[in-house]
Amino acid sequence: MLEFFNTLATQSFLQNALLGGILASIGCGLTGSFVVVNRIGYMAGGIAHSVLGGMGIAYYLGLNPFAGALIAALLAAIIIGVIKLKWQHQEDTTIGAIWAVGMAIGIIFISKSDGYNANLMSFLFGNILIISDEQLFIMLLLDIISIVFVAAFYKQLVAISFDIEFATVRGINVNLFYLLLLCLIAITVVLLIQVVGLILVIALLTLPAAIAKQYVHSIGMMMLLASVLGMIFTSTGLFVSYEPDLPAGATIILVAGLAYFISSLAKSFVRFK
Amino acid sequence: MTKTMTKTAIEITDLNFSFENLSILENINMSIEQGDFAGLVGPNGGGKTCLLKLILGLYKPQSGKISIFGEPAKRQRKAIGYVPQYANFNSDFPISVQDTVLQGRLGVSSCFGRYCKEDKIIAQKVMQETEVIDLAQRSIQSLSGGQMQRVLVARALAAEPEIMLLDEPTANIDQRAEKDIFDIFKAINERMTILIISHDIGFVSDYINKVFCLNKTLVCHDSTPVTSDTIHTLYGGHVSEVHHHH
Repeated sequence: MLEFFNTLATQSFLQNALLGGILASIGCGLTGSFVVVNRIGYMAGGIAHSVLGGMGIAYYLGLNPFAGALIAALLAAIIIGVIKLKWQHQEDTTIGAIWAVGMAIGIIFISKSDGYNANLMSFLFGNILIISDEQLFIMLLLDIISIVFVAAFYKQLVAISFDIEFATVRGINVNLFYLLLLCLIAITVVLLIQVVGLILVIALLTLPAAIAKQYVHSIGMMMLLASVLGMIFTSTGLFVSYEPDLPAGATIILVAGLAYFISSLAKSFVRFK
Repeated sequence: MTKTMTKTAIEITDLNFSFENLSILENINMSIEQGDFAGLVGPNGGGKTCLLKLILGLYKPQSGKISIFGEPAKRQRKAIGYVPQYANFNSDFPISVQDTVLQGRLGVSSCFGRYCKEDKIIAQKVMQETEVIDLAQRSIQSLSGGQMQRVLVARALAAEPEIMLLDEPTANIDQRAEKDIFDIFKAINERMTILIISHDIGFVSDYINKVFCLNKTLVCHDSTPVTSDTIHTLYGGHVSEVHHHH
């Protein structure tokens, strides 16, 4: 157990991993709260998975896969958003198609590049132990963009989530804010991919926020609590996985899932007592 | 200032609306004067909510014109307060009563970013008027149907509108609470025009000065006295008449 703290004190890879988890948690708290109250986990899933297409193409071309991820995520967010706003009755099928087609593109491009297995695995499941200083800097930048955006348009974002029709009547450009919200989700997905990989992103995006929702009565407090919970889950997961050499991303998700299960159980126990 | 002449608040001419080739509203002509307390009644599926959403600019008519104080509805959004049907609500949403009411300030508040002091003062005032001020910090998840309804009225009032549009504001509450809410509407009517949708023609008739009966087209309006004949055209028979003695 001490080994974890000794390594943490001396080795930068573990410091970066811990810091990466903390930076990712800020994004997951901010955005996850909107995903949970809008019940758009499936749309967020579509964005997250289709990102593999962008990562694969960038990787094949020898560019930074995370730049590819960011472009693909924003593109998927806008396509999914327009489908949601214009062809609502086919939303389900279309999002499912984008989800799978994005992944298929990614797999084909990665298979034609060197180091197929190792890289595919780290895109899908994350590798928190190899976060570079440069990546930390990008994560910090994405966090700052998210915070500034949410702070500036908090009341509009809450209004469209609560009652989109009333928001329209009050003159808010709801379509624009809806698309911006999906772009915020796209940015957060990219933040989280390095930590838990794109398969597990949805759990980290929704579980801390879903737990927070059980205890607070405002979106602002939900964001704060979800961010703190995210930090606790990523740090705990990292710590637990370190010595037995378990995959950190998967361990983080198990910690979050366990916490959600216990919290929901405790909540329903209190209610029915 | 001398007493101004009454203006026409809502004017609808030759309005037709259909949705996916299904005709919903046909040949609607109606006008509501400033200061009116108008009731819109009719059977379910008769197009009442649809007409309200057309006035709000949420739907676009195939033909015809809607003007608010002589201007296209879209330009007069600030002048309209809207209370939607309670049933469509996400009552699980983590938000306090005060923050819900503050949403009424959107689009009229002059402040960027957060709601400012002026918004909060107005929210306090309308919460007092609708008697939900004691619930201000409560979460909406804990409210009863009647309390939630008042919160939605307060939210609409927070925009300080000149016209209030209400869609079945008492559908989910008991009769005593219904009377209390209508007394609030009566007080509000002193300073603004009201158009209210109701399924209960008998109850609203004590409060309103004008009635429009809608079943795809306007079956009657204020100049036609409501007789059992009109009620038959409106609801198609099977209506038992109950005479009220006040």
